[in-house]
Amino acid sequence: MNYDLREVCKALRCDILQSIGHLGVGHIGGCLSVTELLAVLYFSQMNIDPKDPQMAGRDRFICSKGHAGPAVYAALANRGYFDRSLLLTLNQGGTDLPSHCDMNRTPGIDMTTGSLGQGFSCAVGAALGSRLEEDGATIYTLIGDGESQEGQIWEAAMFAAAKGLDNLIGFTDYNKLQIDGTVRQVNDIEPLALKWKAFGWNVIEVQDGNDVDQVLTAVVMAKANRGSGKPTMVILNTVKGCGVPWVVALGAGNHNCPVPEEKAMAAIRAIRGGNKQWK
Amino acid sequence: MEMRAAYAECLAKLMEADRHVVVLDADLAKASGTRGLYERFPKQMFDCGVAEQNMASLAAGLSSYGFKPWIESFTPFATRRICDQIAISIAYAKRNVKIVGTDPGISAELNGGTHMSMEDIGVLRSIPGVVIFEPADEVQLRAAMPVLNAYDGCVYVRLFRKELPRIFRDDYTFDLFKADVIKEGRDVSIFVSGFLTKDVLGAGELLAAEGIDAEIVNVHTIKPIDRETVTASARKTGAVLTVENHNVIGGLHAAVLEALAAEKIPACAVGVQDRFGEVGMMPYLRQALGLTVENIVTSAKKAIALK
Repeated sequence: MNYDLREVCKALRCDILQSIGHLGVGHIGGCLSVTELLAVLYFSQMNIDPKDPQMAGRDRFICSKGHAGPAVYAALANRGYFDRSLLLTLNQGGTDLPSHCDMNRTPGIDMTTGSLGQGFSCAVGAALGSRLEEDGATIYTLIGDGESQEGQIWEAAMFAAAKGLDNLIGFTDYNKLQIDGTVRQVNDIEPLALKWKAFGWNVIEVQDGNDVDQVLTAVVMAKANRGSGKPTMVILNTVKGCGVPWVVALGAGNHNCPVPEEKAMAAIRAIRGGNKQWK
Repeated sequence: MEMRAAYAECLAKLMEADRHVVVLDADLAKASGTRGLYERFPKQMFDCGVAEQNMASLAAGLSSYGFKPWIESFTPFATRRICDQIAISIAYAKRNVKIVGTDPGISAELNGGTHMSMEDIGVLRSIPGVVIFEPADEVQLRAAMPVLNAYDGCVYVRLFRKELPRIFRDDYTFDLFKADVIKEGRDVSIFVSGFLTKDVLGAGELLAAEGIDAEIVNVHTIKPIDRETVTASARKTGAVLTVENHNVIGGLHAAVLEALAAEKIPACAVGVQDRFGEVGMMPYLRQALGLTVENIVTSAKKAIALK
């Protein structure tokens, strides 16, 4: 099935807003910044079957920046892994949709993440596993720019390159913001692309990581790197809070912030515009 | 045979039988005794280099792919250095990863205080779902290895690397969750794990010469502790002594006392008295940290006197 990825992005943004807005607080900024990536992966590029979340040989997505869980849940729900009504249980006691991704709770989640840096190593492990199994899968993983300050990221980067894991595609959500301020102010990670190249990775820089066409092109290019003997890092220059102006305006304050339901609903109406086909 | 050699032999058998059994090192394969397995099992042995955090989470990723990873390093680097990776990537995520820490406590000898883990059991014991196992001799280790490999979950193995005197007979049967009463007795229960088991047996003979009948229980699995055996023994003798190559805080002593919290039974401890280790050879370190047969004998008498 071919999806209209722009429409998918709108749907995901609305569901992120609705689930976080229903609770009134959450990691809204870093969810909205990766919407285009999730649309491209789950609705265009990944070999997955929502009816068989554990399908052998499936592609995997490991969200190392585990706090983007609500964005991944929106993608999974819209892709049919579970009912969209579950999204309203986000972070409620007893939910199967916790703030950070949990492979033992949520259908379609491939790894438990949340302690930054660790999911990236897990993805490298999965890529090694896939190669040993010779199942042809691609392992996708997403890290944050603040997360890139974790030493473990670079331990894993070194290992993945040393073992030539070209079935591994990483993404950096380079929105330039972290909890305590701008990444540049707090602990600059530049020159980021050169760092990844120096660690032996193919690097693709996407000028606008919130342009779904640019992201799609980058993922297709990254997949074509299989056979290069190197893993690929796609650096997505994104906007934290993208698609909701008042969230963007909060700057570093939008990492985990109050999202009043009425403001969420207003944002949803603005995103939907005249499109009546959505519920 | 050295414990590490026996361990490596067991791993080889397990890898031969199941290609999903994999072993990850952090540049200490030689120390762990597994360096020789790399050529024989090129698709099952991986050296991560000096990067223990990556090794631990990478193992969790392999586990998510259906593999059964064993990761190994010296005890401090296999535990406190990667505590969060064990807690989140492995235990919280319910991954099937075996963690092997070698050279526990004073057995790190010439590597000194930096490499001498006195806290590893305490650190891991407070993480839900982590099984903690410390073998006392080669027989017990060999009996345990297939059981540990078959156990679907996280197990920490506290492995003494060098040769140890034999404790168990060839017909020894191993139950991961059952402590072994090595010698029955009436006057005091001595609970011990690891290489000190032999010293406790020696102390038991000295006590017997003085007319004291000690019960000796090898608690090879410190978590989950075998409450039934521990409680039954303590109730029978009415006095408890724990003996461990670890801080008395958080280790076997704490585990036994927690199991006996509702009992009114006096208990003493031979173990590291909340201090760091230091460089030296075992005879010196035993004296410096009080892990001696003499101290076991004295402490057993103290426990009895408290009845």
